[in-house]
Amino acid sequence: MSAVIEGHHDDHHHHGPAKGISRWLFTTNHKDIGSLYLWFSFIMLFIGGAMAMVIRAELFEPGSQIVSPEFYNQMVTNHGLIMVFGVIMPAFVGFANWLVPMQIGAPDMALPRLNNLSFWILPAAFGVLIATFFMEGGAPNFGWTFYAPLSTEYAPPTVTYFIFAVHIMGASSIMGSINVITTILNMRAPGMTLMKMPLFVWTWLITAYLLIAVMPVLAGAVTMMLMDIHFGTSFFKAGGGGDPVLFQHVFWFFGHPEVYIMILPAFGIVSHIIETFSRKPIFGYESMVYAIASIALLSFVVWAHHMFTVGMPIAGELFFMYSTMLIAIPTGVKVFNWLSTMFKGSLTFETPMLFAIAFVALFTIGGLSGIMLAIAPADFQYHDTYFVVAHFHYVLVPGALFSIIAGVYYWLPKWTGYMYDESMGKTHFWLSFVSVNLTFFPMHFVGLAGMPRRIPDYAMQFADYNMIVSVGAFLFGLSQLLFLYVVLKAIFYGKKATGQVWEGAKGLEWTLDSPPAYHTFETPPNLESGEAKA
Amino acid sequence: MYLKKLTLCLTALFLAPLSFSAWDDINMTPGVNAIAQEIFGLHMTIFWICVVIGTLVLGFMIFLIIKYRKKEGVEPADFDDNPKLELTWTILFALILVGMAIPATSTMIKAYDDEEGDINILITGHQWKWQYEYMEDEVSFFSNLKTSLDARNNIAPKTETYLLEVDEPLVIPVNKRVRFLITANDVIHSWWVPDFAVKQDAIPGFINTAWTFVDEPGVYRGQCTELCGVYHGYMPIVVKAVSDSDYKDFIQGKRDLKAQQALLTEKLWETDELFAIGEEVYLKNCVACHQVNGAGIPPVFPALAGSEIVMNDKGRQVEILMEGVQGAAMQSYAEQLTEVEIAAVITYTRKAWGNDAGGDGEIVVPKEILDYKNNKL
Repeated sequence: MSAVIEGHHDDHHHHGPAKGISRWLFTTNHKDIGSLYLWFSFIMLFIGGAMAMVIRAELFEPGSQIVSPEFYNQMVTNHGLIMVFGVIMPAFVGFANWLVPMQIGAPDMALPRLNNLSFWILPAAFGVLIATFFMEGGAPNFGWTFYAPLSTEYAPPTVTYFIFAVHIMGASSIMGSINVITTILNMRAPGMTLMKMPLFVWTWLITAYLLIAVMPVLAGAVTMMLMDIHFGTSFFKAGGGGDPVLFQHVFWFFGHPEVYIMILPAFGIVSHIIETFSRKPIFGYESMVYAIASIALLSFVVWAHHMFTVGMPIAGELFFMYSTMLIAIPTGVKVFNWLSTMFKGSLTFETPMLFAIAFVALFTIGGLSGIMLAIAPADFQYHDTYFVVAHFHYVLVPGALFSIIAGVYYWLPKWTGYMYDESMGKTHFWLSFVSVNLTFFPMHFVGLAGMPRRIPDYAMQFADYNMIVSVGAFLFGLSQLLFLYVVLKAIFYGKKATGQVWEGAKGLEWTLDSPPAYHTFETPPNLESGEAKA
Repeated sequence: MYLKKLTLCLTALFLAPLSFSAWDDINMTPGVNAIAQEIFGLHMTIFWICVVIGTLVLGFMIFLIIKYRKKEGVEPADFDDNPKLELTWTILFALILVGMAIPATSTMIKAYDDEEGDINILITGHQWKWQYEYMEDEVSFFSNLKTSLDARNNIAPKTETYLLEVDEPLVIPVNKRVRFLITANDVIHSWWVPDFAVKQDAIPGFINTAWTFVDEPGVYRGQCTELCGVYHGYMPIVVKAVSDSDYKDFIQGKRDLKAQQALLTEKLWETDELFAIGEEVYLKNCVACHQVNGAGIPPVFPALAGSEIVMNDKGRQVEILMEGVQGAAMQSYAEQLTEVEIAAVITYTRKAWGNDAGGDGEIVVPKEILDYKNNKL
């Protein structure tokens, strides 16, 4: 089959990339746009990470350290917003752009111009958000969850820019999702039925539906804020007959599916990596697909578990407790499937595999603390403490972020055509693994001992653990500089990679050269003839 | 110094699980009443189930990593599913969850009990202080952080109760059912006392209820747990549980104080006297936003130094303090401060930072504040 593809290269040599900056500004090529998304996410990782470093420096010891409480709140807010909307989500969209067409045997995304637009409005959105730091009143300071009325009547004037930025981010996500869905449903190679699609494609198909379902809800929430602030409405103003709790319902109806938007593509990436380095097909492909679908459906009926202390009636508390606990079932299925894939395999531990295994292990810890948080009466004690901070950082850092790092190591040789330095990759892994636990594990304890989240200073009994957390965080932050170095070194000085790259890798993208030609699969591969499940 | 401290911390981290007393410092408090203890028990049950599951999963993973690393001449298996096994563990997960849900439901029902209390206290969250109102006794006061700015800025030493101390704690009697009615005046706050296992959001326009029953006299500390603005980290909660007779004395004392304060408005006041009281009031209530030098943090918190209203419009300034400013962070202080304190703090701002030189320099006496209040009635 690869012979067929190579035969086509010569016919299309005139379709190479444009020269200079216009290549990137006007590109409609899924590979270029994928790279843009990934680099954008990488840059935002360091900006959001720098904010985390400020937070940890302030919390290194009790007492006021380096920033004012006001600036501290701006750091907390923008760290969250940037990591969620600027790092994790764009990185996954970058993966989708690079991989979905190559994994389903399509020449490009279905809507290439829309693709260009959905990327290029993203830097604009974050430009607006970051510009608020230099405006009168300072950047948003009401937490990434921006609960009204703190984010409306009591917000700094820059909140309007924040609302505008969120609208643009939402538009970008919705356009990106439409593109992903259209591509997957219409452009699969002949013979690739839905139940033969690679798991990464499946996770993104479901993620894209989640995005289309909830991004408009977020847009609705910020629009209601805008109306309350500027046009005299009282959606969230108790004084005008409005309801501040309504905001939380609307926000979390977006917010909980959003959590899964940030983890489902990770499941896909990790499944591919574990399969490759176990040299064994993924265990329970069908139950994997059903598990992802059930997690996505359940995500619409669990939102109020973020609100156990707002004063819901007991029926509400119990309903949201039970529905939340249900999520443990499909999630548990996935973890067991990954372990079963490794069972009786032939395992090697290259950097992507190390990150993927760490993902499974540490995501399990995050999942278990999630079960604890689901128990409503116990949540009265956990809610809004560092226990929650520990929980969601375990699912988002050694969870989502580790999967992204694993995916970068895994596909980087395919994308660039060059191998990364394996021993430096492993060093990066071990530094990250140790420091991520040093950072987030003690947070469980300070949370249980009673430290509330989002405070710029704390009581004396939390001092020891906070110092450990800060040291861990600094180390983790520094380790990511090594990641940047490894990536750059691979691109500029790496050894040439083969098309197959990894011994056990299966799937259409591995049948292409490394790097793949600018346009690939212009004639779809025929899966009916030989290759079964891609 | 850091290095030494750090080594100590790291050692503590690894030894912590070994020593029982250290374990207490890093776990949820067992609490001081039946419901808190029950929640603590539930927490420990779920915790241990999770630890067992986590250990099994991670243990199995380590086994896989060691046992199935690639070896020469060993071919990987090629099975890719096992429906019976998959069904078995799915059912197993469901059973474990049912096992967790049963005790959780029973605890939930016990915690959710909103019958009236022997004593009902209205708790109102303000940016950034708590107001306690004893519904039956018509006693009301505000509770502010007591920790000094110097301690927060690392100039003065930090005590054991750093950031967990207030000027006026909430006093409740032991062995009585105390019901809390919780609301807020501006943004959402959350009233949390871990020892009672009470955490309830204080939401403007809503009144949430919670209750407690304390057997042991003692001092119980907590904090606001919902981000409520700049000084969210600086609005602690202190509850003093006392015997019934001490409680009655406390209420009587509060009533006597109210009567005395009313008398003070009749007194003839010297400017210096008011200025001195005003400075104290300012440092306690106003510096958070308007800053020690009166410069504020524009545009959210306007400057008082050089302000036209503060220099030349006494009437408007009184009105702002009494009514607050609609749509801004400035709240009404009519309830929070006494007539004397309001008059004094206005006098202080009109005399300080060169405002008396730039403006009319008029002072305000407590009688004027009282008249303002009476005219409104």
